[in-house]
Amino acid sequence: MNLLSLFRRQRDKTPAAAAKERLTILLSHERVDVTRPDYLPMLQQDILAAIRKYIDVDENKVDVKLERAEGMAMLEVDIELPGGNSPVRIRGGRGIEAPA
Amino acid sequence: MAKTIVITSGKGGVGKTTSTAALGAGLAMAGKKTVVIDFDVGLRNLDMIMGCERRVVFDFINVIHGEAKLKQALIKDKRLENLAVLPTSQTRDKDALTRDGVEKVMEELRDEFDYILCDSPAGIERGAHMAMYFADEAVVVTNPEVSSVRDSDRVLGLLSSKTKRAEKGEGPVPGKLLLTRYDPARVTKGDMLNVDDVLEILAIPLLGIIPESPSVLKASNLGMPVAMDEESTAGKAYRDAVQRLMGQQIEHRILAPERPSFFQRIFGRTA
Repeated sequence: MNLLSLFRRQRDKTPAAAAKERLTILLSHERVDVTRPDYLPMLQQDILAAIRKYIDVDENKVDVKLERAEGMAMLEVDIELPGGNSPVRIRGGRGIEAPA
Repeated sequence: MAKTIVITSGKGGVGKTTSTAALGAGLAMAGKKTVVIDFDVGLRNLDMIMGCERRVVFDFINVIHGEAKLKQALIKDKRLENLAVLPTSQTRDKDALTRDGVEKVMEELRDEFDYILCDSPAGIERGAHMAMYFADEAVVVTNPEVSSVRDSDRVLGLLSSKTKRAEKGEGPVPGKLLLTRYDPARVTKGDMLNVDDVLEILAIPLLGIIPESPSVLKASNLGMPVAMDEESTAGKAYRDAVQRLMGQQIEHRILAPERPSFFQRIFGRTA
């Protein structure tokens, strides 16, 4: 305890508070994910297969990103189309179940 | 052509992951293209220490099994452009690490990076074996404590017999000692093994001495490799070790633990 800690603003999060927040978010996702099949590779294949029905896309030009946040996760899929068109971006979010 | 370095110890909890993150960040800060790989399948933690745990989509095991491309699994560090993380799977087990699969990934990484750091799991089972198998060099992380030194000695034996280099008759994977959680005050009192004792027992060159420091826990909490902490004595010691890893001759120094200054104590800007 010291003088300034009494006045320290909220955004000056302590390392311990940062650790707690990071763990809470990560574990809320992991507790759900661990019991679930590893679906992301399959999801990627399915998305790619669906797009390939219409357009010939290169497997290497697909970029999947995931950003986990509190109470939700954002899945971002970038697919570069052939012929110099700008990349098509498919975005979707999913809610997470509350850990039991 | 990349240099492949395994960070290993035998014993758990001595600082392998912390050291992998710190050395990786230090190498990237020195301009070297560096990738850090987590071999602890099922107990992934390097992503947390590197602060990228929320961005893991595909992992090392997905790449080995052809479910994702290497490029998709590599996570580029947001702070250091030369640094990338290859996280491991949290849901599978060590059997998912096939020798051919690991080799293929390592070959592909070799073309793109200057340094490949393999963060070994504790123990001497499959994960640890695969982490060391393709290494050119080893960093043996040791605490100045009897069981850690004993386990390090065991690991040095494995480096000289159970690696690709050894099996091809090219000699052992050369190991360098990284002595972590070193407390100079306790060494002076005679309570803790000193660095010379450990070096004499293990008979390997010294890469660095990392002092016990509160900034290591702080760095883990924040997901920031401790080598990026300018003020920290542990950070300085890791940056020195990085220079030595790159072949520089830097004199070893035992850094005193950081103590908050008078003003820091009053105004609360402590490490």
